[in-house]
Amino acid sequence: MDERTNDLEAARRAVWRLSGTNLAKPLIPLVVGMIVLGLWQGLTQYDHVSPIVLPSPLAIAHALVNHWQQLLFASWTTLSITLAAFVLAVIGGVALAVLFSLSRLLEHALYPYAIVLQVTPVIAIAPIITIWIGYDRIDLVLLVLAWIVAFFPILANTTLGLRSADHNLIDLMRLYGANRWQILTRLQLPTALPFLVSAMKVSGGLALIGTVVAEFAAGTGTATGLAWTITLATRNLQMAEAFAALALLSLLGIALFFSLSALEWLLLRRWHESALKKPQ
Amino acid sequence: MIQFVCYSYNLGESGDVTTMPLLRLHRIAKTYDGGLAAIRRLELDVERGDFVSLIGPSGCGKSTALRIIAGLMAPSEGAVGFPEGRPGIGFVFQEPTLMPWRDALSNTALPLALRGVPGSEAQMRAREALRRVGLAGFEHSYPRALSGGMKMRVSIARALASAPRLLLMDEPFAALDELTRQQLNDDLLKLWREDGLTVIFVTHSVFESTYLSQKVVVMTPRPGRIFDEIRLTAPLERDETYRLSAEFSADATKVSRALKLAMQDGSEAAYHNHTSAMA
Repeated sequence: MDERTNDLEAARRAVWRLSGTNLAKPLIPLVVGMIVLGLWQGLTQYDHVSPIVLPSPLAIAHALVNHWQQLLFASWTTLSITLAAFVLAVIGGVALAVLFSLSRLLEHALYPYAIVLQVTPVIAIAPIITIWIGYDRIDLVLLVLAWIVAFFPILANTTLGLRSADHNLIDLMRLYGANRWQILTRLQLPTALPFLVSAMKVSGGLALIGTVVAEFAAGTGTATGLAWTITLATRNLQMAEAFAALALLSLLGIALFFSLSALEWLLLRRWHESALKKPQ
Repeated sequence: MIQFVCYSYNLGESGDVTTMPLLRLHRIAKTYDGGLAAIRRLELDVERGDFVSLIGPSGCGKSTALRIIAGLMAPSEGAVGFPEGRPGIGFVFQEPTLMPWRDALSNTALPLALRGVPGSEAQMRAREALRRVGLAGFEHSYPRALSGGMKMRVSIARALASAPRLLLMDEPFAALDELTRQQLNDDLLKLWREDGLTVIFVTHSVFESTYLSQKVVVMTPRPGRIFDEIRLTAPLERDETYRLSAEFSADATKVSRALKLAMQDGSEAAYHNHTSAMA
């Protein structure tokens, strides 16, 4: 009896040690995912859950394989609009934040409207923007709507970052004859970089959400992204295909997040405290 | 902006041009926007090559005076005069104030880069400045990897890189531990002797001001003005032996006593009595 508890204890310690190593870390969520998928498969296969309510993982995989061309095309549509909106949000947000830092007057005049744009639900603006731009240019409608959602975090964080520059360093640069432009490029922009990068991680996800919401809101066959695929599939009760599109959307979101995390690491690893390796 | 005043000197009496001070503070007063009076009537001459400490209780306007001298802040009244023209000024803050995204070399080269000194020359001069503060080999270390004392050394190297004639230091070693502080004091004295710099050093430590200075300027509490100027006669070469000598302890006592009197004298009543007696 004693021996058995000792064995159990030893096994538990071994698992614990393994879970602490770098090799095991990414494996843990993977194992959890496999278990959940297994239970899901079992539930749908033996408990006679209707495939209209919940398709099995295998059925979803089948749908992925069978409709791969159509799904790939839809993924590309959603991804390209998301990326375009995101890039334009970064460019626009940073540019406006720089203008704000150069002119307090401009900031006072425009910042409230940036907030109005942010707090108005995009789903409410969507039909109006669609009418304005037109159903024949639905890609542009999606781009504008996704941009509106993704833009504000970049603007707000970069504005804060530019304003966070060390005042003593500003004084020091002035003492050595720096002009406004040098203070902006050599001090304020680098100071704002960590703020910008963390805003980009939020904004990337929001751009994807914005694109999807806009696709649903536009609700027309001229939109050919993943959200429209889900709309069509659910209308026809092709749940496996809807779930396949959903899985691809998640995958896009994860890929976006990891790419931006990698970018953060690349930009900040050499100097920023957040990228410092913690002593083990 | 700051108003620079040119003085016309009566050279007839001595005829000696070299007695012109490097810096002359003429009746400087500073009242902040909120109505807080930081400095009241500051009169001070600083000779070329001098090492002057400003000592006084916290909030007495020492740092304000330093910023006014540097031209980072305009006085409310009075003027900052550089009779022989404005010298190159180096400034060292209480914090190291380094850019965390630049390595030690690049931080040190900043003043040169801002002045448009070509990259290779700026690098060479920054490298030399780092060597002089004892940081050879740490050129490519980022601030987060350096200790507090090393960061302060980079800050001093940055001030030296621009080859200033006037070095302004605002309690630079206040946040460091005692041993690091003594080491940096010695190194600073060495740099001062080698370069023929003029240093104005703000501190609230009696011992530090006595150890470093040729002249200690004692200020009253806010609104600060000069209570006393104490010229110290200790040798230029100062080291551990001097720190433990009777001479040092006598000088420190002198400074400490003046500071105590300045604290009492700094009260409003004492100030008014003092001024009305003078009038």
